Amino acid sequence: MKAGAPDKFIVKGKRLDGRKIDELRPIKIKAGVIKSADGSAYLEMGETTVLVAVRGPREVIPRHLAMPDKAYLNCVYDMMSFATPERNRPGPSRRSTEISKVMKDALSPAIFLEKYPKTKIDIYAEITNANAGTRCAAITAASVALADAGIEMKDIVASIGVGKAGGKLMLDLFEPEDNFGEADVPIAIMPRTEEITLLQMDGDLSKDELKKLIAIGKKACKEIYKKQKQALKKKFETEKEAKK
Amino acid sequence: MRTRTVKSHISALLSKNKREDNRKFDEFRNISIDVNPIPRAHGSCKVKLGETEVIVGVKLDVGEPFPDTPNEGVLIVNAELGPLASPEFESGPPRENAIELARVIDRGIRESKCIDFEKLCIKEKEKVWMLFIDVYPINDSGNLLDASALAAIIALKNALLPKYDKKEEKVLYKEFTKKKLPLTKTPIQCTYAKINGSIILDPSKREEDSLDSRLSISILESGNICAMQKGEVGTFTDKEILDLVEKAIKKSKDLRKLVK
Repeated sequence: MKAGAPDKFIVKGKRLDGRKIDELRPIKIKAGVIKSADGSAYLEMGETTVLVAVRGPREVIPRHLAMPDKAYLNCVYDMMSFATPERNRPGPSRRSTEISKVMKDALSPAIFLEKYPKTKIDIYAEITNANAGTRCAAITAASVALADAGIEMKDIVASIGVGKAGGKLMLDLFEPEDNFGEADVPIAIMPRTEEITLLQMDGDLSKDELKKLIAIGKKACKEIYKKQKQALKKKFETEKEAKK
Repeated sequence: MRTRTVKSHISALLSKNKREDNRKFDEFRNISIDVNPIPRAHGSCKVKLGETEVIVGVKLDVGEPFPDTPNEGVLIVNAELGPLASPEFESGPPRENAIELARVIDRGIRESKCIDFEKLCIKEKEKVWMLFIDVYPINDSGNLLDASALAAIIALKNALLPKYDKKEEKVLYKEFTKKKLPLTKTPIQCTYAKINGSIILDPSKREEDSLDSRLSISILESGNICAMQKGEVGTFTDKEILDLVEKAIKKSKDLRKLVK
């Protein structure tokens, strides 16, 4: 066993943070939090917090990236230096570069990129506090920010981490489960069609366990989807109120 | 973005003693403060100055002291002007603006001698506390300088040292002690902008884009000055500078009440 690992992941039928195995951490989503951006969102999933700004569609710089038939989607995932227990050096890393790419790949299928040829859409996700599930939080928040920016989309992508710890399949892993558990599967779907747009996995799972985890993940994504829509409605309703 | 039309509009208003947001010339925008919003940081603060928003986090680590100060802790200030906060910021290594911002905040804190660095020594020549202050703007609507300086001093005041295992020589980053940083003073910074001869406190984004020169002044409780920075291509006369110091001494008293 690795140093620092908990003896048990389940105590008296509950997880180390008191949740049931199929329970999400409390989620809070707010749209329109950054004034200078075209669209933005703040998301809290337990102790994991993220801010996302969307800018565009706008001019493509450098110009050779422009595509005649669709928009160029640029996605940047970054973590504040004080978001982790030990200070992490600011600036891009191999990890953040990969996550930027999988985020882009998870969000692209939901956006009508062909409606915005020769332009660029930028998504900037900044993890303000990290306690597992940061890429899922960033994708969930980014879809809200994209919708907030008025970018035409087929659906809002919702994302969650599922996995296995202490022999049990679990929903929405938090740090000890993520670090010392047996497997971790971040997943994102377009809830309307249930198409999967992100799937990563590391650890040890049987085929049957994976099947179960995907089902658990899908169910949770639909729950998150409701919160995403609520956040967007709330933003535009308050805007309407303010205009009256 | 600097445009001539914005500048002529702003300066025409100023010549009639007006500002776009109806503020007085020596008035800050509304300030709201959120203490320790980042649980993982050893200390943090979010400051909203009008629509300008910035998060400053303090992280502690243990490292080797500099050879010329073998019994003193180390302070490192860094600012990341990321594309999240403004369409004018780009990803990549810090540019001039980010480095100037970080260095102005650094000097305001370091030169005020508000931190007793000797108390941050664990073992002379070998182990001292390293203090990292990282500035992350969330939205730039002008005067990141004062918003960041205020957030930095509040984050420092509310930081708690993590546990240090002397035997293993390891920092337990997740375990917070009840020990605060050895702070003795509170420097407060006020930034003024000069636009076509008019001088205003706390420039908004459009005022900042129109300014000829700016002056940041850090003031201590005693009324003494601990750091200054003149920025941009315009000039000040000595009379103007002394007048601004006088004003900053008065203004800093109001701001200091917000620091807890």
